[in-house]
Amino acid sequence: MRILVKGAGVAGLAAAHELAVRGADVTVIEKSAAVGGGASWLAGGMLAPYCERESAEADVIHLGRGSARWWEETLPGLVAFNGTLVVAPPRDAAELRRFAARTEGHALLSAEEIEALERDFAGRFRSGLFFASEAHLDPRKALKRLHAKLEALGVHFLFGCTETLQTFDRIVDCTGFAAAEALPELRGVRGEMLYLETREVVLSRPVRLIHPRFPVYVVPRGGGRFMVGATMVESADSGPVTARSMMELLNAAYTVHPAFGEARILEAAAGVRPAFPDNLPKIETSGDTLFINGFHRHGFLLAPALARQAADLIILNEASNEAHRERASA
Amino acid sequence: MPLTVYGTELSSRLLLGTAQYPSPAILAEAVKASGAGVVTVSLRREGLDGGSGGGFWSLIRQLGVRVLPNTAGCHTVKEAVTTARMAREVFGTNWIKLEVIGHHDTLQPDVFGLVEAARILADDGFAVFPYTTEDLVVGERLIEAGCEVLMPWCAPIGSAKGPVNIDALRAYRAHFADTPLIVDAGLGRPSHAAAVMELGFDGVLLNTAVAKAGDPVMMAAAFAQAVEAGCGAFEAGPLEPRDMAVPSTPIIGKAVFS
Repeated sequence: MRILVKGAGVAGLAAAHELAVRGADVTVIEKSAAVGGGASWLAGGMLAPYCERESAEADVIHLGRGSARWWEETLPGLVAFNGTLVVAPPRDAAELRRFAARTEGHALLSAEEIEALERDFAGRFRSGLFFASEAHLDPRKALKRLHAKLEALGVHFLFGCTETLQTFDRIVDCTGFAAAEALPELRGVRGEMLYLETREVVLSRPVRLIHPRFPVYVVPRGGGRFMVGATMVESADSGPVTARSMMELLNAAYTVHPAFGEARILEAAAGVRPAFPDNLPKIETSGDTLFINGFHRHGFLLAPALARQAADLIILNEASNEAHRERASA
Repeated sequence: MPLTVYGTELSSRLLLGTAQYPSPAILAEAVKASGAGVVTVSLRREGLDGGSGGGFWSLIRQLGVRVLPNTAGCHTVKEAVTTARMAREVFGTNWIKLEVIGHHDTLQPDVFGLVEAARILADDGFAVFPYTTEDLVVGERLIEAGCEVLMPWCAPIGSAKGPVNIDALRAYRAHFADTPLIVDAGLGRPSHAAAVMELGFDGVLLNTAVAKAGDPVMMAAAFAQAVEAGCGAFEAGPLEPRDMAVPSTPIIGKAVFS
């Protein structure tokens, strides 16, 4: 069975993987020159279904729970199983209680317990929440390694390309917000993020700071590099980071640790997340095309579950068609 | 009797903000459950691409309720006036909830800038809904500037404290007996909404208390009931508290069996 996957972001690569390992002949086309042209490149890479539940519907937990295991099985050694630490500045302590009430799978930590997890937080926060079962990965490494693995599995890649003349049995469209015309419910939610570099602070896990307007997090990427994200603006504008957003993200990083005040800003970028009205992804079928879209903030968290669902749909559908043909010819 | 502002009869005394919901789908359900006839929308943070289709705007329009754009996050008169004019273009309405924030931290209104911006906008044909404190003199200045409705806070934005200065709100109601008054900001629970409605306020506007609740849709319905209860209680004429007990059954005239 020949399948065309459009889009080499996390949704497209995960779908290509699930289809390829089940025996499909998969070709991936991507409009950028390499993997990482879209929103996935700017992702936080937190595999944190319990924390995400704070501002998302309950499905995020059951769709996201198996994600870390999928990534670990698919790309061994990539995932850091260190949990998530949630902290709040003293004036927002009440918000920490609200966060705790809205979520599950956490333990309330004292200042000493926080210090035991993150040495550099000694004396900084009086209480925090620890989500021990959560994990994180580096999205850029993940995309590159998944691309390499797929090539090894025999998946064909065509970069800098949005159409192909070859014929396929099915098309799996994972082009994110670029599919907005075909999916009228899809909207863009702008996100802005920074990469900082400092050797003065070391973190082992994503740290979320309770913030009144959007969830802010600092994710260690190793080698003194940290990703700080991400704003949420109801807009499909992908223009450069605004001064206000930069200020808010830097403020948040500085609140997490003052050493970030001396960090170098390596990168500041903005992207557009595709989202449906319930902010959860779904699969939509139209003729031979299957759309996997609407990942919102949850690309790396939810792409595996949706990729499996899509592969089930395609492979099972093919199997039942074959059975049908056999019956018809008998 | 329904509330009338700027010549428009509102279908509900509850006005709802549209920010910070878990998803637009939940926002839509919450608006429905609240029965709100008016929703406020922030143009400043959400408006980079104006009215382009498929986005948050079209979802708001599909709610089928009146939109009251706001100038949330504006710190100067100029910013607020520019935002109001952009909002008029995008939403095709001359209604504007005017916020001129004085402090980044406390989000207290800058009442001096507020009065100035209200005057400019009212002269420009806007129906201005000013977010203000409970200061009586500022309220008078806003009315002089052309405002036909006042929206005093009852506590800082997003604080969920409920009415922290009941006496001031009572005085505000008494002083502006003929002006529609909508309590804007600081409500945390339905009982807070009922309390200010019992004081005779004409409506309440809230956002965080519903959007950040565990179940926003259920909370929206709870606020709707509270607003209705408080409004009914005010119209029914509640008792004034007394220091001493009063028997609810009169003693005199009671039949005596001997």
